[in-house]
Amino acid sequence: MFKEIIRSKWFGFSLGLVFLLLILPFFFPRFYVYILALIYVTSLLAMSLNMVVGHGGLFQFHHGVFYGVAAYTIALMLKKTSLPLWTGFIAGPILAAIIGLVIGWFCVRLSRLYFGMLQISLGSLIWVIAFRWYSFTGGDDGIPGIPMPPILSSLKNSYYFILIIFVICLIFMYMILKSPFGSTLQAIRDNPQRCEAIGINVRRYQLIAIVMATFFAGIAGVLFVVLERSVFTELLFWTLSLEIFIMILLGGWFTFAGPILGAAMIVALRTFVGIFTEYWTLILGVVLILLILFLPEGVMGYFQEKFKLRIREAGKGDN
Amino acid sequence: MDFSAFSSQFLVGLSRAMILFVVCAGLSFVLGVLRVPNIAHGSLYMIGAFAAFTIAKIVGGSVGFWIALIGAPLFVALISLIAERAVFCHLYQREHLMLLLFTFAISLILGDLVKIVWGAEYRTVATPPLLRGSVSLLGGSLPRYNLFLIVIGPLVAIALWVFTNKTKIGKISRAAAVDREMVGVLGINVSWVFAMAFVIGCSLAGLGGALIAPTVNITLGMDHSLIIEAFLIVTIGGLGNMWGALAGSLIFGVTQSLGILIWPQFAIVFPYVAVVIILLLRPKGLLKSVW
Repeated sequence: MFKEIIRSKWFGFSLGLVFLLLILPFFFPRFYVYILALIYVTSLLAMSLNMVVGHGGLFQFHHGVFYGVAAYTIALMLKKTSLPLWTGFIAGPILAAIIGLVIGWFCVRLSRLYFGMLQISLGSLIWVIAFRWYSFTGGDDGIPGIPMPPILSSLKNSYYFILIIFVICLIFMYMILKSPFGSTLQAIRDNPQRCEAIGINVRRYQLIAIVMATFFAGIAGVLFVVLERSVFTELLFWTLSLEIFIMILLGGWFTFAGPILGAAMIVALRTFVGIFTEYWTLILGVVLILLILFLPEGVMGYFQEKFKLRIREAGKGDN
Repeated sequence: MDFSAFSSQFLVGLSRAMILFVVCAGLSFVLGVLRVPNIAHGSLYMIGAFAAFTIAKIVGGSVGFWIALIGAPLFVALISLIAERAVFCHLYQREHLMLLLFTFAISLILGDLVKIVWGAEYRTVATPPLLRGSVSLLGGSLPRYNLFLIVIGPLVAIALWVFTNKTKIGKISRAAAVDREMVGVLGINVSWVFAMAFVIGCSLAGLGGALIAPTVNITLGMDHSLIIEAFLIVTIGGLGNMWGALAGSLIFGVTQSLGILIWPQFAIVFPYVAVVIILLLRPKGLLKSVW
């Protein structure tokens, strides 16, 4: 498995990029380091969603809930209990995966739009509880000022922590998607009936994919708390989930690295447009409309297609 | 729990259900005829409420509200006609996921446009003098305005039923929902039938917004909280089925208001639980879906 990663044509490029990102904090001002870290967290979330949407073909409409649940878990554990610190870091993703298992178990029974609707209603249930249970979750005030272990107290240290976890997660995701399991998942996306006919348990595969994706979303949620040190109910609201959806669409949802590009573009857009105008969602809406009209495969998908076409044409020229 | 509290909560729930129904009937109509899961429907509802505020303020007096009740849906109809002709009519062949994200983009744009035009403050519309005060009904007391809503809901349902089943154009739109190409072959301009269905559905969102205006603070963000409820209602009722939208709205509105009697803090949990149970028992919705 590792050999395949090393042999992949992008390996050298990725290694160089990671190295570049490792030395960046020494040159960049604090603000940009923070934005970069936010991009990693958001990318991880978008990639985890793409595991089930782009590669699994499921209408995972309320992915943000798992991110939010993990963030709330670690926030509450660090704030309200005196358990060792690392337990919170582990409990967040695990709880997200358990909730993913429960919600997914119900959802895989339904198909497409109904799947999405059931997930939105179950996810909204969690949002409502977090929103109303004022004494436990802080309601719409959220939980500010979450204490972090001293080693993660500086921005530079948390940047490195987030980057390392992000890269490890990417490697795992790549391995999962290139494994027989990943191929089966993509086969199910393309033709569920035929997969069922050759004896694949479609629902079980989809459920496993959901649990994995929600686990990664949980890791993203924990990293968000490491970066922001606060949680709020917007993390669980459905608009965030659709925003992640936009990211993977923007980047290209049938590609592996597309969601990273999409997340980086959205976070950068929000940050830099947000400086000039408070109407940044208007800009986001316009970008999304142009995207759907002209680049339905996403930016990465578009270039991949172009690239393939050029190779094919070059091949023709040789003959 | 005494009976009067129960019955007045039930009636309040019924009136809330009627507003939900007016909005969901429009959403369901668009879903049924055009197959567009329109997230921007919530924004149009919000625009309806804000437009009602502006019209009631300009006209003023006791007739202001009644003019707003007619003017707000017309204003929303105009906006949706422009949106349909400009962008939507090119997109009907796309898959549902794209349409969903596309209408989400429209709702983001409309949300910010509302912020630009009306600002972020709370707005209120005064209840017309005719509908102030309350009446006693079934042993409980109910604001007159809520009684008015309970009457309006069935009227909208009947009007929509007559339109889709008895008028020629309604029949054409139902036929276009089933087989667009065949209707086109018969020499009917399907594009305009779709545009009209879209405008009618959206103007119901505007009507819903105008109807709710006197009972709540009109504010940004009311679109996002409503649209998800509306989608769930339409789904549990059966996509595109108007009577399903009615049944879903009743379930949603009544469970929420009766939930207040049982567990006030988490009253809003009950309708979501009801939706989950219904979707698990009947995954395709209560009534027959046109999809």
